[in-house]
Amino acid sequence: MHRVQVLDARGVGRVLERMAAELVEQVGDEKLLYFVGVQTRGVPLAKRLAKLVATATGHEPPVGALDITLYRDDVGPWRAAHQQPVLRDTDLPVAVDAKVICLVDDVLYTGRTVRAALDTLMDYGRPKAIRLAVLVDRGHRELPIAADFVGRVVPTSRAEDVQVRLKESDGEEGVWIAKEMAG
Amino acid sequence: MTVKPAPRLRGKDLVGIDPLSPGEIQLILDTAEKMRAIAERPIKKVPALRGKTVVNLFMEASTRTRFSFEVAEKRLSADSLNFSASASSVSKGETLLDTALNLEAMQPDLIVLRHQYAGAPHQLARILKSSVINAGDGAHEHPTQALLDALTIRLKRGTLEGQIVAIVGDLQHSRVARSNVLLLNRMGAKVRVAGPPSLIPLGMETMGCEVYRRMEEAITGADVVMMLRIQLERQGRMNFPTVREYYDFFALTPERLKLAKKDCLVMHPGPMNRGVEIDSRVADGPQSVILEQVTNGVAVRMAVLYLLAGGHGEPAAD
Repeated sequence: MHRVQVLDARGVGRVLERMAAELVEQVGDEKLLYFVGVQTRGVPLAKRLAKLVATATGHEPPVGALDITLYRDDVGPWRAAHQQPVLRDTDLPVAVDAKVICLVDDVLYTGRTVRAALDTLMDYGRPKAIRLAVLVDRGHRELPIAADFVGRVVPTSRAEDVQVRLKESDGEEGVWIAKEMAG
Repeated sequence: MTVKPAPRLRGKDLVGIDPLSPGEIQLILDTAEKMRAIAERPIKKVPALRGKTVVNLFMEASTRTRFSFEVAEKRLSADSLNFSASASSVSKGETLLDTALNLEAMQPDLIVLRHQYAGAPHQLARILKSSVINAGDGAHEHPTQALLDALTIRLKRGTLEGQIVAIVGDLQHSRVARSNVLLLNRMGAKVRVAGPPSLIPLGMETMGCEVYRRMEEAITGADVVMMLRIQLERQGRMNFPTVREYYDFFALTPERLKLAKKDCLVMHPGPMNRGVEIDSRVADGPQSVILEQVTNGVAVRMAVLYLLAGGHGEPAAD
């Protein structure tokens, strides 16, 4: 396995600060903001963005966690592997109705996770708007989905693997591109 | 020591607790715990089993279990078909096998079977391509009931390991008791059983439980008391003199419950015979989790349907 680092811990911090600033500017009324992280690594990222928004505006938006497993398009009759994905908690501490939801995930790839997340959120209520923030956009979209706030665009090939490691969940922090070496 | 959940269920069917490993039981309970949250949402439905067809093949009367499976199927967006013996060709003499083969010709994905004979789901599982879920076979097993009981205990106590569980009543005719003894043993609980000697099968202790003649001894210091229904319809002959005498010796009364731990859980698989095996003051009392068992039943059945619908056989190469 060959690993190339794209962002280090300081880089991740800088990128998140910029995203938070853009968010505050574009959403306008930060009192409407509600961060929802996609399980699992979207959750710590959502918490950090909420903290950054709080520092900038003095108002800390609520943070929720969303498990999209039961809405995936590769479970049920279409799935290839013989193993159902493990379910995780969905925890939305406040109602999503009339809020501007900022959906947060670590990597945007095919767009299928985001599609599932949108359907999941809609079953919980009627948000005023949903925005998408991702730490890394690696391309190769299979659905017409785009992020509103992107930390870093990282051009990749499909054979490569983008690894996001966060100190909350992985003990180390940064973004790497990994590739299986031939032979 | 907590049991690590298995990555998947190995078999295509759920015919009983007996074939399940502790890891597989853990996986079902973990999944069920997450499924519970769906009932709390404004829209109580997820698309996970969209396009899957489930046949509820109930050859024996059932309200709770059939309803529970049906709710679970609907919450997961599966299409359910209900089949009851009285309103079908079974009453014209069709065999179970022919009925099942005819149903399978309509390409269902899962079949939920309740049958009066032990082993009926096992036979269908061998012959059919669909996944078969045992919803109770004779006096043999009722795996989803044992799983929902285990989930109820786990949610209240945090673990099954080391819990002292007393099962009291008609052990002879109870598939609920058999599945519970198997499951609780496998997960490290201590199981005691008690009932009239005429209703305790020979060799019960070989299943890994302590057998008591007197109910008081079995429930002393227990964390959980599970009362079994006196199955008046299954009594071949009178196994005890009168219902009144049964109450005197084997009913869970407020006085007897004092022998158990102070926060002991009271469970009953339903339907209850109030005033026979359980006193209303206990059934409706603060220690009763009988209605939570029903709620957890839906979650456990959702978990089993979800996990089995994922397919079976060897994992894909990726």
